[in-house]
Amino acid sequence: MTDRPNLFSEFAAGIIKNNPVFCLVLGICPTLAVTTSFENGLGMGLAFTFVLLGSNVFISLLRNQTPPIVRLPIFIVIIATFVTIIDIVLQAYLPPLYEALGIFVPLIVVNCIVIGRAEAYASKNSVLPSIADALGISVGYILVLMLIGGIRELLGTGKITFVMLWLLENGQIGFLELATLHIPIEPATIMILPPGAFFTIGSLMFLFKFMGKKMSERRG
Amino acid sequence: MPALLPTENLLELLISGVFTKNFLLIYFLGLCSFLGLTKDMGSSIGMSMAVTFVTGMAAVITWPIFNFILVPLGLEFLQTICFILVIAAFVQLVEFIIRKHQPALYRSLGIYLPLITTNCAVLGVVLLNAQQNYSYVGSIVYGISAGLGYGLVMLLAAGIRGKLLQRGVDMFGGFTGAFLVAGLLSLIFVNYFGVIQF
Repeated sequence: MTDRPNLFSEFAAGIIKNNPVFCLVLGICPTLAVTTSFENGLGMGLAFTFVLLGSNVFISLLRNQTPPIVRLPIFIVIIATFVTIIDIVLQAYLPPLYEALGIFVPLIVVNCIVIGRAEAYASKNSVLPSIADALGISVGYILVLMLIGGIRELLGTGKITFVMLWLLENGQIGFLELATLHIPIEPATIMILPPGAFFTIGSLMFLFKFMGKKMSERRG
Repeated sequence: MPALLPTENLLELLISGVFTKNFLLIYFLGLCSFLGLTKDMGSSIGMSMAVTFVTGMAAVITWPIFNFILVPLGLEFLQTICFILVIAAFVQLVEFIIRKHQPALYRSLGIYLPLITTNCAVLGVVLLNAQQNYSYVGSIVYGISAGLGYGLVMLLAAGIRGKLLQRGVDMFGGFTGAFLVAGLLSLIFVNYFGVIQF
């Protein structure tokens, strides 16, 4: 353990340099499907975080026992186990979110980001860096989901409600409303419908690439 | 338990799978392969054929497993693990059979088969079938129509993107262009929403 990777740089890499949506272009399906509002984006992101963290830890712990030939089925079973856990938990404690996310909770199992990180990172590194990597990627993913969800909610309904997952007064876990922002424009329903998702992510990806190019020009 | 013979309108299922609830543009399932493969026509055709075959067969296999094994034992919560393993095993099996008996087909289809396991369209079809309680025949029809809808959009997008590249319109390039093409196509498909009201 002489060449110890810097945990914070592993964490930070996931947010910008390895951003799952804009740079790696993985996990697009849930990014577009559930981001009709800020709240759904945050909920999906948190469910995803749980699965990625759990699978990265377990795959990293088992990396010396996993025969390379059958590694993919093993990864899939580990990921599917965590997906089943979060599926049941959401059904029991957050029924409204469970309804809104629909089949995209079980579909985290085929989210390319999770299996991609398992293959590219967790199966080669020890537990602590894997946790840092999982957290970094998850934060990057949650930020993108909240951004797209926020833009679509704002333009599609004319208002945006910021929420936070918190213990509510009745003792249950739920979304706590922090603030609601209204903008005085005519809401464009198309932004809530599927085409709005494609246009939003297309424009954001263009901006991201454009800024990246500008930055690298300035540096070099 | 849902019946074996169709209790729902099969034509409605077919049209909803292909047009009104198109898997790529309305449900956003299978977008990874959409972004990666619509650069050229040949791969789009190969992938569409492979996906249609696998979604149909996945519906054939998973319906009895869900309704005869998981539901009577009260193990519905295991559906995700069970379905993904069945799909992975089935795709592997198909790959072996095609490689042994149809080398020509394997060369044109082969590289896309392993990709299908992680294509969310296949798992999506199977999960929706279980959720909606379709009959056996109905779920097979729905599986095939989902594959056909996927293929239709893949071919349309491959044609449009090929034409744009040919004319040198590469202003946004790469993924941004693919998303804009998908958005415009989706705008068309959204208008099918209210077309059929059975």
